[in-house]
Parts: sequence; structure tokens; C-alpha cells
Amino acid sequence: MFEFTVNDSVYAVDVEADTPLLWVLRDHLQLLGTKFGCGAGLCGACTVHLDGSATRSCVLPISAVADRRITTIEGLGGEHPVQQSWIDHSVPQCGYCQSGQIMSAVALLDGNPNPSETDIEQGMAGNICRCGTYPRIKAAIQSAAQAEYYSASNARNEIVGDDV
Amino acid sequence: MNVSRRGFIIGTATVGGGLWLGLSLRGDAPYPNTREGSFQPNAFLQITPSGEVIFQLPKSEMGQGIQTSLTTLLAEELDYEPAEIIIEYAGVHKGFAVVGGSQLTGGSTSIAKSWKPLREVGAAARAMLIAAAAKRWGVGVEFCSTDSGVVLNNINGEQLGYGALAEEAKDFQHTAFELKEKSAYRWLGKNTPRLDRVAKSTGEARYGMDVQLPGMKTAVVVRPRQFGATLESFKADKALKQNGVEAVFAIHSGVAVVADTYWHARKAAQLVDITWVDGPLANLSSKDIAALQKAALKNESGHIAMERGDVALQETGGERLKSLYSAPYTHHSPMEPQNATAIVDGDNCEIWAPSQAPDISQAVAAHYTGITRSNIVVHALTLGGAFGRRGYVDFIGEVVAIAQQVPGTAVKLVWSREDDMQHDFYRPATMHEMSGTLAENGKINSWQHRLASPSIVKGLGVSLASTILPEWVPTKMARAIGRKSGELFAGADPTTAEGAKVAYDIPNFAVEQILQDSGVPIGFWRSVGFSHNCFVAESFVDELAHAAGQDPVKFRLAHLENAPRYQAVLKLAAEKSDWGNPRKGHFQGIAVVEPFDSFCAAVVEVSVVGNRYTVERVVNAVDCGFVLNPDIVMAQVESAVIYGLGAAIKPPITISGGAVQQSNFHDAPVLRMNESPIIETYMVKSDEDPTGIGEIGLPAVAPALANAIFAATSKRLRDLPLVLG
Repeated sequence: MFEFTVNDSVYAVDVEADTPLLWVLRDHLQLLGTKFGCGAGLCGACTVHLDGSATRSCVLPISAVADRRITTIEGLGGEHPVQQSWIDHSVPQCGYCQSGQIMSAVALLDGNPNPSETDIEQGMAGNICRCGTYPRIKAAIQSAAQAEYYSASNARNEIVGDDV
Repeated sequence: MNVSRRGFIIGTATVGGGLWLGLSLRGDAPYPNTREGSFQPNAFLQITPSGEVIFQLPKSEMGQGIQTSLTTLLAEELDYEPAEIIIEYAGVHKGFAVVGGSQLTGGSTSIAKSWKPLREVGAAARAMLIAAAAKRWGVGVEFCSTDSGVVLNNINGEQLGYGALAEEAKDFQHTAFELKEKSAYRWLGKNTPRLDRVAKSTGEARYGMDVQLPGMKTAVVVRPRQFGATLESFKADKALKQNGVEAVFAIHSGVAVVADTYWHARKAAQLVDITWVDGPLANLSSKDIAALQKAALKNESGHIAMERGDVALQETGGERLKSLYSAPYTHHSPMEPQNATAIVDGDNCEIWAPSQAPDISQAVAAHYTGITRSNIVVHALTLGGAFGRRGYVDFIGEVVAIAQQVPGTAVKLVWSREDDMQHDFYRPATMHEMSGTLAENGKINSWQHRLASPSIVKGLGVSLASTILPEWVPTKMARAIGRKSGELFAGADPTTAEGAKVAYDIPNFAVEQILQDSGVPIGFWRSVGFSHNCFVAESFVDELAHAAGQDPVKFRLAHLENAPRYQAVLKLAAEKSDWGNPRKGHFQGIAVVEPFDSFCAAVVEVSVVGNRYTVERVVNAVDCGFVLNPDIVMAQVESAVIYGLGAAIKPPITISGGAVQQSNFHDAPVLRMNESPIIETYMVKSDEDPTGIGEIGLPAVAPALANAIFAATSKRLRDLPLVLG
């Protein structure tokens, strides 16, 4: 029995220790937004956040997530500024990789609310899109960084106060 | 149908369009997904008394935006907000065939084939609703108009919603209708936002992989790595002892493992001890295939697909330029691995088919189960990419074969990425012998393209015949007819040769095709024949331009004097890329193509350091007729450029021991964001009927890149993928 938190709810599942988190999410919790793409951590379709960091759930055994906090695409709530930016830019084509792309983008912006183009390319290089939505993903991340949510966060990161 | 003096197309709801508007043909099954009491003038459209407008989407949405585009065609003429229309994937029915014969989505045909019929569906229904309202109000139809789902009485300002008129509209099937003029469009020709963008940004979009049914099991299949190998025996004792495993048995393609979850099935599959028997391809390698193609080009003569003048003419030309080109096997690898779900129970079958062809899926299910087609319900689904791969429905054959062995139980078949990559229907490996001469005036005097490849179409006969032939033709007979029809392509295959017949004005011209089947499964790969033939032709024309000492753009234009749409995209791409004045250290190459009746010119800009080149920028000019949705056209061109570029620069699929050597994205890499160039897309303003865009941006990329590399290095790369040094 493994216990962990997904999108702020605590779950306990009785599966073998080597079961990848991806298949626990999909087959046991019916959280179907996280996708199976390669099963080898190569394409990023299965990206979720593990304690806030972008993680490939297809190669992460459930035993490694015990007592940890997981966020999936469903946990973003649908109105997250990155999702809104995705919608504004009409990013998705087939859409299958986009949950993973969005989770990687959110992790990128959470860690670096004002990324350069190179930062975006490096941060997103682990996520494949066969429809080639990369130009729009890049544009959507740049727009999301301008959203109040992240620009305010940039302001929070400023060093405030008198010189000492 | 006739064209009136005002330029409107005038029709009536039954005359001319009778087949599609005149309800079912006698004896046909009822339309799928019908709501009781709804106004349903044809297979595509329903309006319920409560006012729901429901559209049966007859094509597969695989990312190309067809859901949005086709819905907008109907919505524009119906006068109803596209975003308010309920969209359902159409079931299998002959009533949908007016948008393309079979229900196959492919060949960039959906827009061209739906442009007229789906606008007529909307316009005819609107005319019927107006007629019903006019009768109710006792006024002439000329005093009525519509506004987004409401009929307006222009005399007294009264309004009636479409739903309120649904019942009465049924009585007005013979109402004449007019199609709007383009200047009156509210949604067509504009950046109408994709209708699926929200569901695909929230994780709510559902694909074949996400099908959930009560009591559903998951299956995986272990197939032989080697194409054509067969099963001798298997031992399942260990696998059967694993948690959750329900059954292990042989099917036509390998050994199936059925379990409660994917992980249980996948783990158990590794424990099945299988003995395969080598087949005829056991010793086949990519090297052998290339050697055979080379020998065939040397020793054999093939089918002349096109001939004009005499290609052997040499006297007016200078030296004969001869080059050998090649393209390798290429994988599709849509992000969603192949999968399908089925329930087979006695004489009934229900399938959830993530395919590009619900009707072919139904026919294949009938073949493998022996169940009559009318007892097979097909649910089409949103596709996680396809690119031609899902036009082949081998996974449907597998899932019904498995489901038939566990009667009454829903089974979802899930392929791994490795399964998907090693059991694809690849773009064929091809070899091309080009030769040409120049006349004294510097123009091309002769051009010969000799192509050695397998036939893409030949293998399709069986599944297509069992789909298209009437149901009373027994499956066995249909398959026999299909095999025969495949043999029609034993000599020539227009699909594999498409793109070889260039538009250049060349007095002596020939395309010769030598078909040679290695046995490796091949198929439609985004842009199909154009992807290899345009690479070859557009590289070779560059070679001739260089030999003639002429600028590649001017040289092409000089051979396209009677091809204004080619000229327009060439000039637009040249202008927007500032042809001839690249940034310092950048080099340009150009190509122009006409896939599927649309036109595209691309200018690729590269920089080169040592033996490494970087694709910096791709400028595209496209002409796909009247642009229905500029935002979707741009997205599709970007998509095709990135897909085509990946195949042009990344390692290919290779064969050894009759098996694919690659297995996943580590050894068959695809383009990632950090490798994608700047892409610009410009559209020619056009009043021509719209044509496709899903594949149009692909074929020009590889040759434009090869030509840019030549401009930078004077090295002519004639083999895909393009490798310097």
C-alpha cells in the first residue's frame, strides 16, 4: 500500500512497488489527462509535478512517490495562466502531448518567471510534439510570463530595501 | 445546381443534392446518433426541438483542425455560432460519403471535398427553417432573415429560435436556397478560434487511450520483431501466474496478454516464452534493399508513368547531368501510440476506433470476427496524431481478435512506443536516377526521373475492397477482389510517383517507375509520394540551375511561364525571405511544390560550422485557394515544416535481419523545440475553391534545405537524411 497526495487529495493504492506513477494515475485513479507516450522518459507526454518539479511519471515507480505531493494537469484547475495562454494562442493541434507540455511550462515559469528564449527552449526540450506546435508553445510561455500571476512573482523576487 | 446571374449557387433541397439531402437511400440503415423528434434534413445535421444544433463530423480530427473548419462551413451558411454547435464523430453511413467517397481522412482532401456539400447542408437547412417561420407568420420568405440561430420577422420584429421551428421545417424539404457571397462571411476566412483548444489545454480531451468501460481489461500483443516471422509455440505458465493476468493466447499477429491493467499486461508479456520461426525476410537489411534498387535502376526498365518528347535527346544539350538520389524508411510516431477498444459478443461487435477511417475499421472488424458489418458499431475518436499511420487499422484487427476470445468483455489494446515504431507502415525507402540536359539557351532540354520503390497503393486493395464493395459480397470474395485490384498496381503506382511529374516546361520529359517490393510494410506518410519525389526533383532542378549558371529562383520562373500559381508562391517566398540577401553567414535554398492541388514555396536559411549545419529560418508561401481559417493554415504549415524537417535531418529507420533496428525516441529521434527554426508563413490571397493544407508545407522543406546546404558548402547532398561530411 502506497500513500501519496495528488492534486491535494490523499490516495492510498495497493499496487506493486515497480508500478509507474503514470499507470497508477491512469488505471487506478482514472486521472486520464496525463498521457502515455513512450514509457521511457523520452517524450514528456506523462509530465507531472512531484513536489513542484516536472517529472516523467512513466518511469517513476510508485514506491518513489510515497508521502510526496503530486500535481497533474487536472490539478492546475483549467484557469491557470499558462492554460489560459495556451487557449489564447490556440496552441494544441492533436493535443495529446499538451498536458505534458503545460506541466513542463508551469514548472519552468514557477522556477523562472521571466525566461529567455533559450531558457524556454532548454526547459521544454524534453517534451516532444509531433504536430510541431513548438512555435506556439514558445509564444504561449512568453505571453504567460507577462501575465500578472508571473509578473507579480517577478516583482516579489526583487530585492527590496535600503543598501546595507 | 446552376449558377445564377448574380453569381450565387442556387439549388433546392432535393434536386441535385438529392443523394445527400434526400434522407437515406431506400434500404439504408438509419442515420447514426439520431435524436428522437429532431429535424434531420440529412446525415450531417440535426436540430432538436429544444434548440440543440448537432453536427456529425464525418472526418477524423487528428490535429489538422478539421473539426473547426468543417463545423465553420456548416455554421456559416446555417447562421449559427460555430462554438455553440454540438459536434459528434459520425458513425459509419453512406450518407457521409459525399465528402469523399470512403470515410477515410487523408490526402489533404477534406476541405476540397466538403467545401460545397457542407455549406449546402447549412444553407438548405436555413432555407427550410425560414420557410417554416414564414408560414407560421403568414408572411413571404423575403420578409424573413436569420441571426445566429434565430429567424427574424422583418415586418413586426418577431423572432423564432431554430429549435421552435424544428418540427415544421421537416415539411419544407424542397425549399430553394442560396449560398452566401464570400464578402458576407462572418466566420469563414477569419481566425475563428479552434473549437477544441480548451479541452486540449485542460487535459479533458479524450482519445482512444482514454476509453473507459465497465469491467474493461487491457491487452498487449507480443509480435515478432522480424517482419513475416511466424509463431511456432509459446509457454505462458509464468505470465499467467502474474498479478492481474486473465489470459494469454495466440492471435493472427502474435501472442496476446489480457490483464486488469496496462502495467500487469506489459510486465507479464515479458515473461511469455515465445518461439518464432524465421520468415522470408530473415536476412533482409537496408543495405540489401538499397543494393537491389540500385541494380534494378541499372538493369531493368520499368513503367513509363509520363513521357513527352524524347529524353534521350542529347545533341542540343551540353553535358548530360546524372545524379542518384535516395530516401530512407521513415516512421510516423504520432504521440498517441496505436490502440483500440472492442467488445465482441456473439454476433455483435462494438469498437472504439482511433483511426482515420471508421468505415475501413468496420470492414476489418467484420473480416476478423466474421460478424456482419451492420452489426458492428464504430465509435470514432479524437486522434493523438496520425500523419497517415491511422489510415491502416491493423490494431482494429488485433483488438477484435482478442475481444472475440473473451466474449462480452470490453478489451482495450495498448501498443507500446516500441510496438508503434517497429510495426509501422513506413514511408518507403526509394532510389531515384535523375538525368537531364540543358539547351543552348540555358533552359532544360530533357529530364528523366527513374524511380525504384515499392508500391504504396498495392497493399491497400484488400482492406479498401472489403470496405467499398457492398455487404452482400462475402468477405472472402471481397478480399480476393482486393488482392486483384492491388495487382493492378503491379506495374505502376501513381501515389508512389506523385510529385515526380514536375510542372516545369521541359520539351523532353519522362518519369519511369520500377516497382520492387522488399516486404517491409510501407504506407502513407504525411504528403506520401510528394515527400520523396519533390526532394529529388527540387534538388535536381537546382543542380540544373547551377549547371546553367543561373539563379535558382529565376531559373525556376523561366520554366513556369504558364503556371501562374507556382509563380505567385515562388515570388512571394523570394520576396518575404529577401532572397539573395541572407543575413551574414546564412545561406538560402528554395523549392516549390504542388501537393494535393495546393502550392507551396519554401526558402530555407542555414548556417554551417564545419560539418554541422543549423536550420535558422524557413519562409513559406502557400496557396491553398480561399483561406478558410488563416490561423489554422499557419499552424498546419508550421506543423508540416517541423515534421518534414525532422525526417530530413534525423537518423532514419533501418532494417537488419528483417526487423526495424530502432525502438523509441532515443534511437529514432524527432525534432524538438530547441532544434526548430523560425518559421514564417505567408498566404496567397485567392478566390479559388479551397484545397488542403495538412500536408502542403512538408515536401518543399527537405529540398530547400539541401539546396541551402549546397549554397553554403558547394556540397550536393542527395541522400536523406541530409548529413554533411
